[in-house]
Amino acid sequence: MRFIFKTSYDQDIRLARHSGYVFWYGLLLAALSVAPFVLPVYWSSLITMTMIYGIVGLGLMLLSGFTGLFSIGHAAFMGVGAYMQGVLTAQGWPFPFALAASMVSSAAVGAVVGLPALRVRGLYLAIATLAFAFIVQEVIVRWESVTGGNRGMAVGMINLFGWKTGSPIVFYYICFALTVLTTLGVLNLLRSPTGRAFVAIRDSEVSAQSMGVTLAYYKTLSFAVSASLAGLGGALSAHMLRFITPDQFGIVQSIDLLLIVMIGGLGSIHGAFFGALFLILTPQVIALSKDYLPPAIGQTVGLQSVLYGLVLIAFVLFEPTGIYGRWVKIRTWFELAPLYRKNLLKRQRRFQKTERLT
Amino acid sequence: MSTPPLLSVENLSVRFGGITAVSNISFDVRRREVFTLIGPNGAGKTTVLNIISRIYQQTAGNINFDGYCITGMKPDAVAGLGIARTFQNIELFEHATVLQNLLIGRHTRRQGNFWQHLFFTPSVREAERAAREKVEEVIEFLDLQHYRDLVIAGLPYGIRKVVELARALCIEPRLLLLDEPSSGLNPEETNDLAFWIDDIREELGIAILMVEHDMSLVSRVSDRVLAMNYGEFVALGSPDDVKVHPGVIEAYLGKGNDISLLRRHLP
Repeated sequence: MRFIFKTSYDQDIRLARHSGYVFWYGLLLAALSVAPFVLPVYWSSLITMTMIYGIVGLGLMLLSGFTGLFSIGHAAFMGVGAYMQGVLTAQGWPFPFALAASMVSSAAVGAVVGLPALRVRGLYLAIATLAFAFIVQEVIVRWESVTGGNRGMAVGMINLFGWKTGSPIVFYYICFALTVLTTLGVLNLLRSPTGRAFVAIRDSEVSAQSMGVTLAYYKTLSFAVSASLAGLGGALSAHMLRFITPDQFGIVQSIDLLLIVMIGGLGSIHGAFFGALFLILTPQVIALSKDYLPPAIGQTVGLQSVLYGLVLIAFVLFEPTGIYGRWVKIRTWFELAPLYRKNLLKRQRRFQKTERLT
Repeated sequence: MSTPPLLSVENLSVRFGGITAVSNISFDVRRREVFTLIGPNGAGKTTVLNIISRIYQQTAGNINFDGYCITGMKPDAVAGLGIARTFQNIELFEHATVLQNLLIGRHTRRQGNFWQHLFFTPSVREAERAAREKVEEVIEFLDLQHYRDLVIAGLPYGIRKVVELARALCIEPRLLLLDEPSSGLNPEETNDLAFWIDDIREELGIAILMVEHDMSLVSRVSDRVLAMNYGEFVALGSPDDVKVHPGVIEAYLGKGNDISLLRRHLP
């Protein structure tokens, strides 16, 4: 059990709260840096995919988990990023510039989509973002001269100022570096006044306003940042997949992204990565277990979708705080053993809460 | 009076559809004054507070705060001018700790833009330390040390009320709007509140406009009291004068002959 004695304000500002953070995250980073040389190519490509979805999940987490605005159209931002990257790479733009342009264009689109968020909330906002996602998908399908329409579009190799590479190891390290940078960026935002304003909007809009938070600015900002991260993820996945089609960025993808934040645990950075890990690993586990299951179940076509659905329902019912919430409980159990009480982290009953003005 | 009042409300009226919630109310709050609005339920007291903090729009009338006309402003703009408020049904950020709630109170005094926050530049770090220092002063002022790192959702009602007051003080306001600060508090906590209200005025020099039902608290801390009923002006004066004003007694208890109507006529 660890006791932390606070002796300076910096202890609350620092990202690494105690030496345990430094040790475990250092270990994780070290393991990830040597992974492509140790693991088989297929497994390191799964890690790359997890990192890409982790970045997109991070964006959606900032919007849904920290600002309280739900979007069922986030795949559209990925699509904007992916196609932008594809088009610019074809025109010979160097990779970093193309990536930046993809992020900026996604952010711009995100800011526009954020406009309804100034008027509608909750389910209505979700429907508005869904409608927008259909519009983007339709534009990609119809704008054949640029996007290739339903036939799809091949994405060129990564162009690092003339040096073209298709090496999965280089790509792994690019994704790794971007994952670390974006995570640090989001963590920085969350410990600064900007992030606190996001959280204030999530918990009580009327009160956030009375504290001087300009709702329009911060909601738009949250949408823009979230969309730019989704665009970054989309651009990376375009290079990963080498071939993009409009249906990759449809509603199914959007729901997958929602799964990431819901199953990972709303309102936690860990949750975005736990969720991404779940999303990438589950199909692998299903594929591996197919041989051991009775053929009637193992060979069923919709096995994966059914399993996803069941897991989502189970999480909403039994563990609304997601994998991260479960992880915190397990960690607390070990920290406090044998003093852990069953209801230690139980959520507050609804009837004990006070009424709200709006 | 030599100095102009801090807040002056002139001929304020609000209608929601056919209902006139506030009609033609005028008053002003002087610097370092505790000004209380009283009246039966539904008298329009909270509505007046909500208009001053710009959550509602007035139908007619004018509000001036320290030389600025605030009738066209947004809620976040008046917070920037130095008007802080608390809510009748506590509106804290439930899933955050006490400390994080209080830090949001420093939002109007934030430094740096989005990019500086994204990279957490040294100047942002320095501003964070300064904000924390200010927050610690408020924590000390209201004795919240024990609760600093606890999440709001797990705190008892009385403490939440104090945290909300603390968050409002973190704005470093010039005018504090308190909406029924003593509702739901036990006598001991109400007693603490009375001391704090005195301290806020004396030590911090902040004017307070509050809505309150507890008459013993009102008489103890207020300089002037405005009584309202059905959105209309009833009386204005010192707490003792207002308490014995016939209009106020009528608003709370009804007219004398009403009682005789209720009395059973014995043969």
